[in-house]
Amino acid sequence: MADTTENKAYVDPRPPVIGPGYTFESLTTKIADTVLMRRFEKGWIFGFGVAFLLALALFNTVAYLVLKGVGIWGNSVPVGWAFDIINFVWWIGIGHAGTLISAILLLLRQSWRNSINRFAEAMTLFAVACAGLFPALHTGRPWLDYWLFPYPNTMGMWPNFRSPLMWDVFAVSTYATVSALFWFIGLIPDFGTMRDTAKHPWQRVVFGILSMGWRGDARHWHRYESAYLLLAGLSTPLVLSVHSIVSFDFSVGIIPGWHATIFPPYFVAGAVYAGFAMVLTIGIPVRKFYNLEDFITLRHIRNMCKVMLATGLIVGYGYLMELFFAWYSGNTYEQFMMKNRMFGPYGYMYWLLILCNILVPQLLWVKKYRDNLLVVFIVSMFINVGMWLERFVIIVMSLHRDFLPSSWRMYTPTVFDFSMFFGTIGLFLTLMFLFLRFVPIIPIFEMKVMLPQAKVKTEDQEQAAETDKGTLGGAVPQFGD
Amino acid sequence: MSHQDHQHDIEPIREELGQAVTSKGGREFWRSLEELSGTDRFREFLHREFPALNAPETDPSLLDPAGRRNFMKLMSASLALAGLTACTKQPKELVVPYVKVPAGLVPGKSSFYATSMTLGGVAQGLLVESNEGRPTKIEGNPDHPTRGGTDVFAQASVLSLYDPDRSQSVTYLGDVRTWGDFLNAFRSALDGQRTKQGNGLRILTETVTSPTFDEQMKKVMALFPQAKWHAYEPGGRDGARQGADLAFGEPVSTVYRFDNASVVLSLDADFLTSGPGATRYAREFIQRRRLTGGSTEMNRLYVVESTLTPTGSKADHRLPLSAGEVDSFARAVAAALGVNAGTPGTLSEEARKLAEAVAKDLRANAGKSLVVAGDHQSGSVHAIANAINVTLGAVGNTVIYTAPIELNVANPGGQVASINELIEDLNAERVDLLIILGGNPVYNAPIVKDSRSGKDLTFLEALKKVGMRVHLGLYVDETAEHCQWHVAESHYLEGWSDARAFDGTASIIQPLIQPLYGGHNAHDILAVMANEPGVPTYDIVRNTWKARLGPAFEETWKQALHDGFIPGTVAVPKTIVLRSDFSGKLPPVETGNQEIVFRLDPSVHDGRFANNSWLQELPKPISKVTWDNYAIISAKTAAVIGLTPKEEPSHTQAKMIKLIHGGRELTLPAWVQPGHPDNSVTVYLGYGRTRAGGVGTGLGFNAYSLRTADAPSIARNGVKYEVASGSYELASTQEHFAIDTSGIKSEFMIPGEDLTSRHILRTASLEEYSKDSHSLHHGAHKPGKELTVFPNWKYDGYSWGMAIDMNACVGCNACVVACQSENNIAVIGKDLVAKGRIMHWLRIDTYFRGGVVNPEVYFQPMMCQHCESAPCEVVCPVNATVHDAEGLNVQVYNRCVGTRYCSNNCPYKVRRFNYLLYGDWETPSLKNVRNPEVTIRSRGVMEKCTFCTQRIQAAKIESEKQNRPVRDGEIQTACQTACPTDAIIFGNLNDPESRVAKLKGEPRNYEVLADLNTRPRASYLGAIRNTNAEIAGVSGAKGHGNSHDDQHGGGANHG
Repeated sequence: MADTTENKAYVDPRPPVIGPGYTFESLTTKIADTVLMRRFEKGWIFGFGVAFLLALALFNTVAYLVLKGVGIWGNSVPVGWAFDIINFVWWIGIGHAGTLISAILLLLRQSWRNSINRFAEAMTLFAVACAGLFPALHTGRPWLDYWLFPYPNTMGMWPNFRSPLMWDVFAVSTYATVSALFWFIGLIPDFGTMRDTAKHPWQRVVFGILSMGWRGDARHWHRYESAYLLLAGLSTPLVLSVHSIVSFDFSVGIIPGWHATIFPPYFVAGAVYAGFAMVLTIGIPVRKFYNLEDFITLRHIRNMCKVMLATGLIVGYGYLMELFFAWYSGNTYEQFMMKNRMFGPYGYMYWLLILCNILVPQLLWVKKYRDNLLVVFIVSMFINVGMWLERFVIIVMSLHRDFLPSSWRMYTPTVFDFSMFFGTIGLFLTLMFLFLRFVPIIPIFEMKVMLPQAKVKTEDQEQAAETDKGTLGGAVPQFGD
Repeated sequence: MSHQDHQHDIEPIREELGQAVTSKGGREFWRSLEELSGTDRFREFLHREFPALNAPETDPSLLDPAGRRNFMKLMSASLALAGLTACTKQPKELVVPYVKVPAGLVPGKSSFYATSMTLGGVAQGLLVESNEGRPTKIEGNPDHPTRGGTDVFAQASVLSLYDPDRSQSVTYLGDVRTWGDFLNAFRSALDGQRTKQGNGLRILTETVTSPTFDEQMKKVMALFPQAKWHAYEPGGRDGARQGADLAFGEPVSTVYRFDNASVVLSLDADFLTSGPGATRYAREFIQRRRLTGGSTEMNRLYVVESTLTPTGSKADHRLPLSAGEVDSFARAVAAALGVNAGTPGTLSEEARKLAEAVAKDLRANAGKSLVVAGDHQSGSVHAIANAINVTLGAVGNTVIYTAPIELNVANPGGQVASINELIEDLNAERVDLLIILGGNPVYNAPIVKDSRSGKDLTFLEALKKVGMRVHLGLYVDETAEHCQWHVAESHYLEGWSDARAFDGTASIIQPLIQPLYGGHNAHDILAVMANEPGVPTYDIVRNTWKARLGPAFEETWKQALHDGFIPGTVAVPKTIVLRSDFSGKLPPVETGNQEIVFRLDPSVHDGRFANNSWLQELPKPISKVTWDNYAIISAKTAAVIGLTPKEEPSHTQAKMIKLIHGGRELTLPAWVQPGHPDNSVTVYLGYGRTRAGGVGTGLGFNAYSLRTADAPSIARNGVKYEVASGSYELASTQEHFAIDTSGIKSEFMIPGEDLTSRHILRTASLEEYSKDSHSLHHGAHKPGKELTVFPNWKYDGYSWGMAIDMNACVGCNACVVACQSENNIAVIGKDLVAKGRIMHWLRIDTYFRGGVVNPEVYFQPMMCQHCESAPCEVVCPVNATVHDAEGLNVQVYNRCVGTRYCSNNCPYKVRRFNYLLYGDWETPSLKNVRNPEVTIRSRGVMEKCTFCTQRIQAAKIESEKQNRPVRDGEIQTACQTACPTDAIIFGNLNDPESRVAKLKGEPRNYEVLADLNTRPRASYLGAIRNTNAEIAGVSGAKGHGNSHDDQHGGGANHG
């Protein structure tokens, strides 16, 4: 990890996670102003417009899809799943960074997370929303999707509890619910701040409702902290479980290239990898356009780069293990599958994947590159693409040539596959733009904890403990009004 | 509870009841028997005796929501009933409520009628299933000389019956007229001819064998002695006629007896899947290759052919030779047998050695040998085949010559000469009235040379010079378009007629339905011409036989209608003598450089089935291409002319090739076919129709535009191939054919990829098999039955299973269409087939082994294997695919939400998904073709082979009514009944005496992908080839050499 050197004077050698010179008030103003200001900036309107156009393409595609059927895509027999499930897994993976940042890093008391967690959680939420569209719409008769839920019905039928798709339903719906709760609860104190700072009556009303009667009372804080911690505890296993279960969709199947025990950890690592890449992809421009350099500092970026390096290497290990298993198993189908991956008709996809996910991210070993935002942004884009390719390699390439050579067939996506995919990117960005404009993207109160002023009171006591207690251990910030 | 128990129980109850009555003694009144019998014991007895009284309120098993099996029971019943909704409306004009219900008609119960369908004029015996008066399914007639089983055309013919594009009325210049209008015009035209003795009258038919037609024609000819009758169709078998003329000096019909043949040489003949009698021939040929019950007796088949056909694929030794080389080869074999057949042309070393070995083998089996020449081959090849058969004493044993069953055989030049003469007559304006009874000569007549100007002359140009042109046809086709009068023809299922089977047996063509569009057939028109109007067609046919059968007519006729044929009408063998000047009359061998071979299309024949979507979407044998024709070319020739040397055919973007014959050109996609001879291109006829109907118009490329009267099947003079620009997408259902490393490469092939270690195909030579009957399983792995976490399910009642004999499968596709017809499988069109969405539940997988020059070809029918541990069942999130108590893997359409997970997880990829709404729910006439017992699937659900669960249920109900178990053979799946060679056997595995159980005990039996432990209920019997040790390693046996390696070493090494 970071190359720390022992320092007797106890000066944190790492750069601070918040810029200097902020007071509680200036911090509130800075973050709240982006939301409370009246006019819409041109850049925002443009960005939102483009994103919304893409989202419209999605809505159109979905309407046509429901009217005509999934046949408008390029799926076939043998390739029954293609862009639909690739995109699903891709989006779910992206969501993982949010939960990881908010929950696991919270529990691990990584205070640097404070400035990016809301933003990452929002990303999670929107990514899960996009992800959820695919399994819901990829069925032949989407209006019967509710049959996947175990609900009492006149048919006296249960879903098949042996099916990983069934598990998916639980995993993803739980994940979506917990993520939404976590995000919203984390927002309540800030909604309170917004309500109090807002000058326009309608803003006060809206934020008043959203803040759910938050007064900054000590009891409120107490309950808030307990609830938040509990949800963090709940979310933590979800980070691991959701993508593990998504990976079961494949590893429970018998198709070579799917049927592998390494899938759960490999998928979770991949998800975190993809998630951090997406946080950076969105974070770097946002940081620039909203002048948040003081809150999302270089240290954040570096830390995220390190997480990506680590998870990227796990993913690389996964690729290596797939190769090893194929060779070591002596199984003719597995061996063929690996050969086909590397040298088959879609071989270029595999090598592109290696380039995007394994080779390019190695740049991040170099400190100079970790500090270069452009490089980091480009690398994270590579990872985004690479993770999509990974799912293509796993899903389409395993299906297109399985057991009987007679049914081998090439897969060709249609325009609707693309409009659906880019449409969800549009939807995601649309939601992101709305979030940026209408919600404080950085948790004001959590940032306040990190101001030097917040530490004054307890400094004497805490010095002995020598621990960085982060949000929860820190003093309850005082909210001036 | 047994019967005895009841008797024991009932006595005390009687006593009690008696006591109750007596104790009440008449003074105490009882209000009802219920009160009287209100004892607990009686109630208990009652419930036991009549459990229905107990259910459903109190039967806990029915209320249990998790009672999957119960659910299935109910579902299967409701599915069966749901199918009834398919029969929406009867054809409007024919709905007449029964005043009196005909005897034996039970609504909902289908009945079968014997009839026959003709193709090339020759009858095939059929049994047609009728549901409430609608013919819905064609089956073979096992009593008929064609011996059950059908070809694809018969199976699909029921769809043509309901084709909404069929001609629906009499038209004059395109305007609708009545039959009466036509008769007026027709009669006055005939009156005009009568004075000229019919000098300007011409009648053009296709090949005809109908005795009734014969009778009528005689009457017509008596009235119009100067008139001429021409018969022509593209599959006219002129070669055979010329061959008979060359060899015997007289026309004959040839009937083969493959049941007597130990060694067969096919000279470019696809006798297993095409031509008259193919189903019977296939059955008898395969019967000699069964290898069941420990037998190691097998016939041997040598094939030299100009196009890779199913027959060539079944050959023990096959050699691709261009059509011209086949002639040389035949002469070489003849020479080696001492038959003087002129000097052979140049032959490759390989072919020469094969010819010698074949000759040796034929001679060693004299009397049990048979040489068959292909229908499209030249007269000389047929003559040589005849000569060899005569010389080797085959006549009377393996081949029988009879008087010709075809009518109108006067012209020894055959049908092409006949149409040539007609075209000249038309062009010379010698014809005033032309009556075309069936056929589509404007589309399919050959191009002739105008004898006066020497220019090319098409039938159409000549036709326009005739004053009155009458066309009778099923469709308003290219010919109807250019005739003033068009009369809608009735389908064979709509009108009475008769025809002869391949062996001469007269078969009745019995209609099952009133003409949907009021059509007429040729007999009606001939009756008008013979001045006998108004006689119903039924009486015309009946009268023919009344005269011929004499006093026993009524009974024989009744029986004949029931059986489908008239007994004792087999053509008698004819004594023939080989002409002494035989060899002198043979034309010299034509050694052309490049050639074009025109063949009938395996799916649409000569184009007549172009509007039949089942046939259009049927993957052609070997290539698996649908909806198109193409130029078949060898990899080497493709490379020579500069097409990309791609060895495995590619469906996507086939390169275009320009075929030039004389001055005529045709540009069409090239299909590089392993096993195709060099310097030869095969083109299928029957495509490029301009007026076929909504389905067939505009599909493919019209090869008739290259076909001239002097080279109707093999063109050599002035033939050239050129690369043309552009590419074309062919919709093939299989993209990958090679199974081993031995050579066939495609652009997508992985270096060194070896699929033999999958043991999908298990084959051996007969020699290996006799030495070690398990030799074909070497290296394969099958997990034991105990390898399961869950305990094995006990099947107490039935346990269904299927055995498929790969040695018997000839890849004819009949099962595929039969399945489509039986199970209401949707047609999706070329674009969607190209996308990989074909809906067929049953497909014929085709695999090549050995190099690109001459691979071995294997067929493997593949449908749902009904795995005991089915991968699909586990992964369905909504329990839409489940196992039933008889071992079937059932798909519940109503429950399916369409995640496609089951299909992804199916190792056999036999599941089919309704990606869009494929079924035609609108066209009224097409509603009638559907099987009312099978649900029509909606969009978004998965479907797959059910082992014809509706047939299983029907048989079970029948057996339960009779209080007996289902008998072996009582349930036959649709694919099984259609199969001419009995390759597919279905039955109860729990019955050790059943055919299927016995087949599964055969040493050749194996399950595909057994190593996955899916434990399929369908299993395969490995293919055995009876290779000739003398040839192995010399000719055409490169592939065989490889196969030996694969069997002995390959599997184990790669495994």
